[in-house]
Amino acid sequence: MSGPETATSDIVGAAHARLRHDSAVKHVTGDAVYVDDMPPLPGTLEIFPVVSPHAHATIVSVDIAEALRAPGVAGIFGAGDIPGKNDIAPIFSDEPILADGLAEYAGQPVLIVAADTYDLGRDAARLIDIGYEVLDPVLTIDEALEKGQFTYPPHSVVRGDAEGAIEAAPRRVSGEVSCGGQDHFYLESQVALAVPGEDRDITVHASTQHPTEVQRGVAHVLGIEINDVLVEVRRMGGAFGGKETQATGIAALAALAAALTGRPAKLRLRRDDDMIVTGKRHDYRFRYEAGFGEDGRLEGVKIEMATRSGNVADCSSGVMARALCHADNCYYLPHVRFDGLPCKTNTVSATAFRGFGGPQGMLAIETVIEHVAAELGKPVDDIRRINYYGDGGRNVTPYGQTVKDNIIVELTERLMREVDFEGRARAVDDFNAANATLKKGIALMPVKFGISFNLPTLNQGGALVHVYTDGSVHLNHGGTEMGQGLFVKVAQVVASTFQIDIDRIKISSTRTDKVPNTSATAASSGSDINGMAAHIAATEIKQRMARAAADHFGVETGSVEFRANRVYAGNESISFAECAHLAWRARESLSATGFYRTPDISWDAKTMTGSPFYYYTYGACIAEAVIDTLTGESRVLKADILQDVGNSLNPAIDMGQIEGAFVQGMGWLTSEELVWDEDGHLKTHGPSTYKIPGSRDVPPEFNVHILEDAPNMVPTIFRSKAIGEPPLMLAISVWLAIRDAVARTGGRKVFPRLDAPATPEAILMAIEDVRERANQLPSPLTGEG
Amino acid sequence: MTKHHIQTTLNGDEIDVLVEPAQSLLDVLRDELHMTGTKEGCATGDCGACSVTIDGNLVCSCLVLGVEVGGRNIETIEGMANGDQLHPLQDKFIEHVALQCGICTPGLLIAAKHLLEENPDPTEEEVRYGLAGNLCRCTGYQKVVEAVLDAAQVMQK
Repeated sequence: MSGPETATSDIVGAAHARLRHDSAVKHVTGDAVYVDDMPPLPGTLEIFPVVSPHAHATIVSVDIAEALRAPGVAGIFGAGDIPGKNDIAPIFSDEPILADGLAEYAGQPVLIVAADTYDLGRDAARLIDIGYEVLDPVLTIDEALEKGQFTYPPHSVVRGDAEGAIEAAPRRVSGEVSCGGQDHFYLESQVALAVPGEDRDITVHASTQHPTEVQRGVAHVLGIEINDVLVEVRRMGGAFGGKETQATGIAALAALAAALTGRPAKLRLRRDDDMIVTGKRHDYRFRYEAGFGEDGRLEGVKIEMATRSGNVADCSSGVMARALCHADNCYYLPHVRFDGLPCKTNTVSATAFRGFGGPQGMLAIETVIEHVAAELGKPVDDIRRINYYGDGGRNVTPYGQTVKDNIIVELTERLMREVDFEGRARAVDDFNAANATLKKGIALMPVKFGISFNLPTLNQGGALVHVYTDGSVHLNHGGTEMGQGLFVKVAQVVASTFQIDIDRIKISSTRTDKVPNTSATAASSGSDINGMAAHIAATEIKQRMARAAADHFGVETGSVEFRANRVYAGNESISFAECAHLAWRARESLSATGFYRTPDISWDAKTMTGSPFYYYTYGACIAEAVIDTLTGESRVLKADILQDVGNSLNPAIDMGQIEGAFVQGMGWLTSEELVWDEDGHLKTHGPSTYKIPGSRDVPPEFNVHILEDAPNMVPTIFRSKAIGEPPLMLAISVWLAIRDAVARTGGRKVFPRLDAPATPEAILMAIEDVRERANQLPSPLTGEG
Repeated sequence: MTKHHIQTTLNGDEIDVLVEPAQSLLDVLRDELHMTGTKEGCATGDCGACSVTIDGNLVCSCLVLGVEVGGRNIETIEGMANGDQLHPLQDKFIEHVALQCGICTPGLLIAAKHLLEENPDPTEEEVRYGLAGNLCRCTGYQKVVEAVLDAAQVMQK
């Protein structure tokens, strides 16, 4: 379909305007209501989860008799009490909300205590006696690989003959690099409130990115139909992928308690429980081999991509598909073999997190690129340039999609020019020559990120729009608001479509009874699919209103024009409100649904080939960092970003997404370290031990620019582009800059292995390794000792 | 459990409230007084989402017991605006888009207000240090720092 091309601005709050978040005033006054802020209903129970203390154990006995007699306890429920199916798997099956005879990670919920207060539930839980027979846990990638344990069958992206190409290539490198997981650390932890209604109805107020999946999961668990369940989401206090599938279990547990007791029930995980009980970003270990020419042009690349998928598959297959589809990043790779190995371990299931495998895949190929540069002793940006996607056949990804909208060369050249990259690099050299203890590094990170869910089915959006007889508008769609500004963006779209001021449009909470069968607000696709659906719904109503106006003025429908809060026919006009009233009198429906399916996408999950992405979003960052070679501490000194957002629907919102994503990515790669002990207990389960970036950790010089005049080449809503995830990967520049600084401690003679996150310990170990190897070498670059 | 009768001043109003010995000030605010603007981020005093001031001192309300606050002067986010008239910091947070999901925002505003009371004309670095106890997962802090610096200028006029 041809999308709307532009939006005019003779109304307040049109598309492309810099508008504040629609809840901004409520945010600053504390009036915004989150699930835990809802006024308590009489008789509301709070749920205390009882979790397995063992990473792997058979549950041999459960004694709740004494706990049931404790004050305030309304019920204690386990897997055996579930009336429907103990399964909330989003893709596969048999993923329980309560351990049934077997606990598969330390922190897995076994029972829930529903009591008058959280504290009473916790007190009662101390009286519960669960007998465990402890089994050996499988905690590492190597252990899982040795046992051949996967959460779903491994899959690969293959093109040509990678091994043959590597064998035949003039030069080769191989190596290994790992990146850690990441806790979402949304400031609002997981929470759901379930309220039983008439018959077997149940209403769930959930903090979820995926109301439909919560609805389905609750119905499944309670053994009722989907239409018995209503899920409502007004807003989340952050999500970042952590509330895409992980919110379902929380909501299902609340619904279980509500259904079994007949009382409203709330489950809010406290911070430490949230971190222990719910899933995180997938950590990965990459083993790579690459063959290339003397000029650095890659011929064959082979990467084994092994991840700890955790106890169940959850959405790991999707994450892996995206990792496999982003391990090319911006580079044409003629012969490829990427093997994705989803290791089943006795750790909490890894899950969606902003970027969804993309950041991990890119980190791998950037390591290959840098290793090639180090091997050849050439500037890494020369190696990037020679390998960027181009023309003449060098524009097809390993999975078979032709890259038609490539702007990475222009974008990176422009950024390098604007920040005087060469001058900056020389200044870094000078600094390093003059400083023995502190070493600086500088790096560019180019990003190409595919937009659309890998699985075509998910690329659909729905909206429901009503116009009332006073010309006010009610807007609803399937997307959820987690702080990212989706609601205001979609409202801007509708304002532009109707040509009315945005304050005439009521933004409403996401509800499964208004727009059914929705996809998660994820994959950066929120405004693409919901914005277009809302536009389609509004356009439908507008056509009916135009018909009524045409009758009224005695003109052709085609000559009716909506402009600046009015409806025009030649020289005559009426207000939008008058037109709405007119249309009602003429018995036109002023309510419409809109439905959008992303066109031109395909994916064959068996062969891992197709064109899964409607378009790509591009960006680049140049980061400069300094390390202290005695302590291993690092600091980012400066970051310059140039990001493609198409024709931004709201540059103020998009800037916030870029800055926030970058800092979040920086945290993943520097300070955020998840540590499990040898028994599989997470030791970093609160902000005192798990360090997300604070206000002093972000670059003191932080320049973010949106690429101007860069409309999306495909007809997305007002030619905008997705923004939620792509900028997170720009932060890989920080990690590359730190690795560059580490390399300088060995005179850049050897390529450092630096695992992420680059904590002080990791940096110190990398420095030691680099110095040791550099000292052993007669320099391969200069031939000198 | 015996509840304790506490008389204190909250956002300028004298109030009476019955609190349990183990209840934190945060719990008293949210559960007893239904003032939910103050948020629980971690309940360990590390994230700043529950920041309030007591007698002008910036504290994490999750680390203060309700029974400790008798006869004090407590200020929370609900007392920051003057009716419909927002505080300059609130205005500037909106203007600079220094918020996204909004959970850390009340705590950040309380901390920023305290900072500017102590130091009306802070440098950028002083703002970054002053807000170091408040975690934000959405914004990356850049716009928050800009908003506070801008508000400081306005408030000095």
